[in-house]
Amino acid sequence: MWILRYPKQIAYLGRTFLRRLLSANEAIARAAYESGVTVATGYPGTPSTEILENVVQYKGDIYCEWSPNEKVAFEVAAAAACAGARSIVTMKHVGLNVAADPLMTLSYIGVEGGMVIVVADDPGMHSSQNEQDTRNYARFAKIPLFEPSDSQEAKDFVAVAIRVSEEFKTPVILRTTTRVSHSRSLVELGERTANPKTIGLEKNPPRFVPVPLWGRPMRRKVEERLTQLKQAAATSPVNRIEWRDRSLGIVTHSIAYQYVREVWPEASVLKLGMAYPFPDSLLSEFAAGVEKLLVVEELDDFLQEHIKALGIPCVGREFVPGIGELSVTVLQQSRAAMEGRQLVPIPAPKYADELPARPPVLCPGCPHRGIFHALGKHDVIVTGDIGCYSLGTFKPLNRLDIILCMGGGVSMAHGLDKAGDPRTVIGIVGDSTFFHSGITGLLDIAYNKGCSTIIVVDNRTTAMTGHQENPGTGLTLMGESTVAASIEQIGRACGIQRVRTVNPYDSKQTEKVIAEEIHVKEPSLIVSRAPCPLREHKRVGPVRRIDPEKCKACKACLKLGCPAIDGAGAKPRIDGFLCNGCSLCEQVCRFGAITTTQEDAE
Amino acid sequence: MNNTETTSVVLVGVGGQGILLASEIVAQTAMVAGFDVKTNEVHGMAQRGGSVVAQIRYGRQVHSPLVSKGTASVLGALERIEALRYADYLAPGGLVVVNSQVITPVTVSMGAARYPDDAEAKLRDQFDRLIYVDAGAKAIELGNIRVANVILLGALSTGLDLPLDAWRTGVANCVKPQYRDLNVQAFEVGRNLA
Repeated sequence: MWILRYPKQIAYLGRTFLRRLLSANEAIARAAYESGVTVATGYPGTPSTEILENVVQYKGDIYCEWSPNEKVAFEVAAAAACAGARSIVTMKHVGLNVAADPLMTLSYIGVEGGMVIVVADDPGMHSSQNEQDTRNYARFAKIPLFEPSDSQEAKDFVAVAIRVSEEFKTPVILRTTTRVSHSRSLVELGERTANPKTIGLEKNPPRFVPVPLWGRPMRRKVEERLTQLKQAAATSPVNRIEWRDRSLGIVTHSIAYQYVREVWPEASVLKLGMAYPFPDSLLSEFAAGVEKLLVVEELDDFLQEHIKALGIPCVGREFVPGIGELSVTVLQQSRAAMEGRQLVPIPAPKYADELPARPPVLCPGCPHRGIFHALGKHDVIVTGDIGCYSLGTFKPLNRLDIILCMGGGVSMAHGLDKAGDPRTVIGIVGDSTFFHSGITGLLDIAYNKGCSTIIVVDNRTTAMTGHQENPGTGLTLMGESTVAASIEQIGRACGIQRVRTVNPYDSKQTEKVIAEEIHVKEPSLIVSRAPCPLREHKRVGPVRRIDPEKCKACKACLKLGCPAIDGAGAKPRIDGFLCNGCSLCEQVCRFGAITTTQEDAE
Repeated sequence: MNNTETTSVVLVGVGGQGILLASEIVAQTAMVAGFDVKTNEVHGMAQRGGSVVAQIRYGRQVHSPLVSKGTASVLGALERIEALRYADYLAPGGLVVVNSQVITPVTVSMGAARYPDDAEAKLRDQFDRLIYVDAGAKAIELGNIRVANVILLGALSTGLDLPLDAWRTGVANCVKPQYRDLNVQAFEVGRNLA
């Protein structure tokens, strides 16, 4: 791999470059190191995943782990911070829903060491099932929120967030978005500053135990803290006014700031790096200094609603869309609408309509394909989950009927079953997703006498986010060997009597087991086990080819939806470069036309 | 600062073709040439077999990491029809470099769509300044199919105002030491194609 790791020195014309080109995710990892963080936890989720993947290079100084889910990750980081350690926990926006329970009460208990909750939102839903705006959680939990607009700010704001967290004894959210997390810009690196605190949880139950007796005073303190934080936000250097022409003033945040600077280069700007608690005095000062106030924010009208509530006249949502992500192009349209102009549209590519789409697909040799193909033989309803296997929804596999959230593939099967759906219900969940939140659903099925069939498609990794370890893989984020949890044993311990394991590349066995299990009137668990070939970096077996003499062009192999099989011609053809040798096509061919190629057949 | 004071580069292709390395090289080159630089790529689900877009912007001070439609000075495509798909990113008069490789989309394999058989004619019709190369064949001549992306970049570099020495440093810094000479050579082969 060519991934450029800092601290790599680059020299050119005798000069050494001190700044590095980093994504905000890399910059946050670096900031954790420089800020004296010693505990870093998280669960993978695009666009947040690379933060912990980069923290691991500092494993001599920072303990880091992939936790089974965001709630666990949050609680581990929270306890570390209560004991005086500096910690970060990373997740994508929907991950904070999973961790919302500890978030809401940690706000009451507070922390001793600085704790930064890094949450990456995904406006535009590039890799997510919704586009919720995490800023609402800051207000909900009554804790501060920082929003960087590039990689340097991402690094600087982690340091500021740690200071604020320790000064006000509160956890702090650092919110990025896809375009902040995955854009790279120049960052100046610094040295590590150690945490001066002695580590150890103070024995002081009124401080750490929120039973009603002690929780009620904590509740009052949260409000006092919020008032103090409001003042801090008004004077914080991360909130700044850039005075330029005063006929228009724009309040903005995060990546939207960068777009605003290009679309309204002449306008005055109030850039909010710490958007919550709302810096009221700063907002008033800025509004008083400009003739017209515009709020440019991505997703919810979080700022605009508050500015209106302060009685300050402003526009925003009237011109700036709240659905999808912003861009210079989107804001140029907003500006034109405000000024009553028509923009000359950029001509669309001439031939765009004639181009074949390239939707994401299951890779050649993907073990999930065997399961979807086998399920295609039955009139069943399938509840799916979050992972690569969500791609089984599309043609030609067409084998997923509903997806909700992590773990939902298991519990929703039970719900359809209990609602009386007349068809047999199958739930599909991945290995990492099973450990994340599928186990409790399975427990529910056993406990409450369901009869769904649950298939765990165990590809021995967290594949969709780029192959992270999980409790089933036998390795930790820090590269140490560890126990590998057994999905079969967990299933039995939950009370499932029928637990089967299949090799999804063996279509006969897979079809037989599925046919047996969906017809029994009790719950069953099928573990489909084969490692992701993308991760293994090797072919499943020898490359296959189609003998055009024997091929009858029945196109049964095309129903597998394998990108290596090209069906554009009269007879299908296998691309030997793409083929991963999984042999499913050979098994579905009734004419024996698909075999291993000569040179690879050994 | 106006959008026009920043130079924008768009690289497109299909996952696995080496778009991200090419993007890294452009960014490092602009950095060593003394510019502020921002890049953007899409990760995750959008990447699985889908089309991949990388954007690089450099200038005195770069704000948005995203290239607006109609503003890219150069557009590089590692797959022939991907250039047609993202044609609207190119600024009027911009340079387009296209690798003639075909990667059949799954929609075509399944018979749900057709791959245009006159892609080259469409490219010549769509773009005024087009360099159309078989970078894969050139790469095989050099002994390694994987350097097709750097050959393309060499041709693309003629449409940008970055010094040749900066490019050599950019290429050398982004690949493993054992592949440095090969990649610098590939870059120069590409540059001479233009």
